[in-house]
Amino acid sequence: MIKVQNLSKSFGSKVAVNDISFSVERGEVLGFLGPNGAGKSTTMRMITGFIPPTSGKITVGGFDILENPIPAKRLIGYLPENAPAYTDMTVYGFLGFAAELRGLYKDEKKKAIHRVVEMCFLEAVLHQSVDTLSKGYRHRTCFAQSIIHDAAVLILDEPTDGLDPNQKHEVRNLIRQMGANKAIVFSTHILEEVEAACSRAIIIDRGRIVANGTPEELKQKSDLAGAVSVRVLGMSAETVRQKLNQISIGRKAAIVKEDVTSVWARVYPQANSRNGDLARSVAEISAKEGWKIEELHTEEGRLDEVFRSITLPDTVKEESK
Amino acid sequence: MRDTWQHTWTIAKRELVGYFASPVAYVFIVIYLLLNGFFTFMLGYFFERGEASLAAPFFFWHPWLYLFLVPAAGMRLWSEERRLGTLELLLTMPITPWQAIIGKFIASWLFLILALALTFPVVLTVSYLGDPDMGAILTGYFGSVLLAGAYLAITSMTSAMTRNQVISFILSVVVCFFLILCGWEPVTRPLANADWIPEWLVRTVASFSVMTHFVSMQRGVIDSRDLIYFLSAIGFPLFCTGVILRGLRA
Repeated sequence: MIKVQNLSKSFGSKVAVNDISFSVERGEVLGFLGPNGAGKSTTMRMITGFIPPTSGKITVGGFDILENPIPAKRLIGYLPENAPAYTDMTVYGFLGFAAELRGLYKDEKKKAIHRVVEMCFLEAVLHQSVDTLSKGYRHRTCFAQSIIHDAAVLILDEPTDGLDPNQKHEVRNLIRQMGANKAIVFSTHILEEVEAACSRAIIIDRGRIVANGTPEELKQKSDLAGAVSVRVLGMSAETVRQKLNQISIGRKAAIVKEDVTSVWARVYPQANSRNGDLARSVAEISAKEGWKIEELHTEEGRLDEVFRSITLPDTVKEESK
Repeated sequence: MRDTWQHTWTIAKRELVGYFASPVAYVFIVIYLLLNGFFTFMLGYFFERGEASLAAPFFFWHPWLYLFLVPAAGMRLWSEERRLGTLELLLTMPITPWQAIIGKFIASWLFLILALALTFPVVLTVSYLGDPDMGAILTGYFGSVLLAGAYLAITSMTSAMTRNQVISFILSVVVCFFLILCGWEPVTRPLANADWIPEWLVRTVASFSVMTHFVSMQRGVIDSRDLIYFLSAIGFPLFCTGVILRGLRA
């Protein structure tokens, strides 16, 4: 549905987006990750036709956004950053306005408003002025506007920003449900959201795509992925480390932390080791040495760690080593 | 084509509702009518003149009255969209920027026309007291509507330039004031008498003024040149609005 080819955008001499290509099909939810100022919003603004790209090509449902903007825009529902809405209108008036610009009139309009009001839990504030809404309600009002015409493509710029944890949960569920038959792109910097709602994630940094894959694939890139953590009772840290270092399929062992009663240690796997082998080796050693094990598990890899290692500027990376 | 008008009307309707959603519209209309009455009856010596005409006591003041009231009515058109960020919402809808520009312009224009229409008691008064030329009065109203439209188009342009309504207001007052002065007799007469300014220059600059084109309409004459002037004085700033909005997005 969305095809982005070699997209670039510069503002003066500053390059905001640098040669990005990706595509999103129906049934996919693409998470757009990146630090602030990485070019997420700029990319979304170009896809929705708000700003023209410096170079590159964007098609939505086969329509070029520059050459054929109207049919392309008809297919898109868009939630801009910060969820802007006309403050002098009521929620009902605002949704009606959006519906009419989307070509829905009279009964169709009423039905559409009714549908999104139910989906976004807006009944309580339907006839309230947008001015008087709390941030969460205003956000959901703007979100409701983006889905009012049941568009095939949804572009959501930080859809959960400013919502409380319950509302975040609701919106994530909504995105996942709608993802079954739409092409959705949403940006966020909350990593758990990616795991909760996305079928694929792109990490973008300083205008470039630095990683692209399913959340599981990305997690595999973590240093931590496949490592085995173990908590041993009543042993000295040094002994534990030495013994664990003897495991042949382990790359290295490290002490994570220790207190008076127990030691937390971690063994990192060699590149090609099979999942589970390492945990078994650790268990064997503990049995041989007669350690009292309180905890033993294989780490999955954490997205935030991958995110940090990919997007931290090189200088900071050096320092943190 | 039907879509085009539907979208334009949807935007105009939203804008009109926006005016009346707050007390601003009512305050504006009341002040407009009070000032109109003050100028007509106090400064315009409506009764003392003893003539059944609205040209001198009523329409004469409109270029000056509109100088402040029209920018006040139009200053929020685009600057408010920019400040709220709704511009992004509006321009990513499946509409062309022109539909939005025209829709917003029409809404404000209708609002000003409504305010002008509420001055009807002055027409009743003059026709009760005497036997005025109704054709001339209608022409005067028509000219006044065009004048308001020209000022409004300029305000639409200055409003797109900034996200600050006050700056937009001041800019459009300055531009409109220039359009008055460059053809206003007290200014043009001494200039025409000065030796070092060629007469053709004074006349050319004066022909850009709203004054030279509004004067004949006050007296009941519709000249095609005046019509073309006002239509281009509306069209050109609206075109500039489109260019400015396009520049904002680049």
